[in-house]
Amino acid sequence: MTSRTEPETEGRVYNVGGQDWDEVVAAADEAGDRPGDERLIVNMGPQHPSTHGVLRLVLTLDAETVTELRPVIGYLHTGIEKNMEFRTWTQGVTFCTRMDYLSPLFNETAFCLATEQLLGITDRIPERATVIRVLMMELNRISSHLMAIATFGLELGATTVLLNGLREREKVLDLFELITGLRMNHAYIRPGGVSQDLPSGAIERIREFVGLMPALLGDMRKLLDANPVYLARTKNIAYLDLAGCMTLGVTGPVLRSTGLPWDLRKSQPYCGYETYEFDVPVQDTCDAYGRYLVRMDEMDQSLRIIAQCADRLAGHRQADNRVMVADAKIGWPAQLALGPDGLGNSPDHIKHIMGQSMEALIHHFKLVTEGFRVPAGQVYAAIESPRGELGCHAVSDGGTRPYRIHFRDPSFTNLQALPAMCEGGMVADVIAAVASTDPVMGGVDR
Amino acid sequence: MTSEQPPDQAAAPADEAAVAGRERLSEQVARTGMFGTETTGDTSGYGGLMIRRPPALSSPRPYGSYFDDLADELGTSLEQAGLAFGDAIERVVADRGELTFHVRREHLTTVAGRLRDDPALAFELCTGVSGVHYPADSGRELHAVYHLVSLTRNRRLRLEVSVPDSDPHVPTMVRVYPTCDWHERETWDFFGLIFDGHPALTRIEMPDDWKGHPQRKDYPLGGIPVEYRGATVPPPDERRAYE
Repeated sequence: MTSRTEPETEGRVYNVGGQDWDEVVAAADEAGDRPGDERLIVNMGPQHPSTHGVLRLVLTLDAETVTELRPVIGYLHTGIEKNMEFRTWTQGVTFCTRMDYLSPLFNETAFCLATEQLLGITDRIPERATVIRVLMMELNRISSHLMAIATFGLELGATTVLLNGLREREKVLDLFELITGLRMNHAYIRPGGVSQDLPSGAIERIREFVGLMPALLGDMRKLLDANPVYLARTKNIAYLDLAGCMTLGVTGPVLRSTGLPWDLRKSQPYCGYETYEFDVPVQDTCDAYGRYLVRMDEMDQSLRIIAQCADRLAGHRQADNRVMVADAKIGWPAQLALGPDGLGNSPDHIKHIMGQSMEALIHHFKLVTEGFRVPAGQVYAAIESPRGELGCHAVSDGGTRPYRIHFRDPSFTNLQALPAMCEGGMVADVIAAVASTDPVMGGVDR
Repeated sequence: MTSEQPPDQAAAPADEAAVAGRERLSEQVARTGMFGTETTGDTSGYGGLMIRRPPALSSPRPYGSYFDDLADELGTSLEQAGLAFGDAIERVVADRGELTFHVRREHLTTVAGRLRDDPALAFELCTGVSGVHYPADSGRELHAVYHLVSLTRNRRLRLEVSVPDSDPHVPTMVRVYPTCDWHERETWDFFGLIFDGHPALTRIEMPDDWKGHPQRKDYPLGGIPVEYRGATVPPPDERRAYE
């Protein structure tokens, strides 16, 4: 049903309910609205299936050409940064893991690296915890890239790609479930280390996964790499060159598709990335196809890193299996263990604090309820997330809770480049452009 | 929150420790007592303890790492633009392996322009601006913190601008780093910092008609009490906190 109102501020407004386009055109003709003007302003989203969450794009169309594009965000703002100011540093992990829900382990690591830098304990994180962090991040990179490519396929109309991508991603999520207990929102990486060691049998499962994945990724590449439809939809689409990326602050696969091998794992290593053997894949096409190739190649490199992590973890001496910093004033007092009522504090620890040592009970209580104090100051810790530079600006006033936490989320910054990629192109390519930047609205809005 | 006058020690010899001690005592009291609680009695016997705010940091040279080179190069570059280093930068802080230049707001865009354009500095990328609200820091309540990266030289740098709450104006960085467009809108939205010259300083995360700036310290977190098995848990900002 078409209705027409004439508010003074907006001019004549037509409300379109669907299936009544002819009525709108007839009404506009009848009213003599700007004859010859084909401009059409379309709201794409915020509930559009191809906008990766609740992203709204206001498109000004001239026939099928996009003359103006304005992204509108904020529909998923949950105040995570503000909430973190009211919780201890350890509890903060539980919040920030929910920001960019496709790469939770990166959010956790960025926050923990910032906290540890503030505490000045970066060098004292146990080797095993750091290797587990790298392992989890690279597994997460694979699951995130698979999701990016799967939804990219779906949005271009290829459901096989979606189903294959999700099926492969499930294998990573199974590993996450085995190691952390959860498929997402893990809160597994904590300030000082990780919440628990790998369970028995995890290394074997990881090695099995590393053996299985190349063939599955190969299948995906066979389906897409030279697919004429896919090439037509992605080659020379959503062009953004190096100057554009620098100006708009774009990082990650979009930047590497312009030929610049800028990867924080190589250029400003953290978590011991300098000790792993891997390459930084680049393409020089500056388009959506190049970004796809970069993501595919990055998954291969992640598998290489995961294999090296598995070797290191398997080679570790049994006595050296600490995964939390040895400082009793910071490290979580209890190790987790599986009891009859699920995962919780280990029975040995409960026995110790409840039956043997009053001081241990006080210590546990203080550390868990009050938290540890972090010396005043500010730091900025940046890591290479699947979408680009994920930075955590942490400010402490010396208390037990963060004074201010700000996340520089790559999706937020990369979305700014959409008008540069889309304006002047076809409306159908907007979808390819959005998908190729791979925004996650949870991270954009926080 | 009371501020104690420092004891009169003018006659004491000017040794470093005494000076440092006097400076320490002249700072505001940040919290009192052992646990920082105000709602229940602190029975620890440390109720009279006063923890003072750490003094504003200002690092002496050498800063270490590449920081000295960077400061020299910026000084040379600013001189070419007819500006002395000390006029533009009020403090330099090298802390925890990171370098911060506290820039006076009137010189922010000049400094950023030199940092970006001078080949010796080459900070091509800005990773955005983050606001911080310090209500206790009178006259400098609102801070805008910029993080810059040089891909060419593989360096990082932080610029910090502080402005009073009564005059929350900062010149926009959009002309130097267009990526700051959305970041500045976010900082306006959450902190009420006004970026003069920004092409369209509108709210970005909160609805357009929202009142207030939610991430300021004087803005409540909100929330409702939660009942669980008969017990009521107050909202997070009303729970006992250990400051």
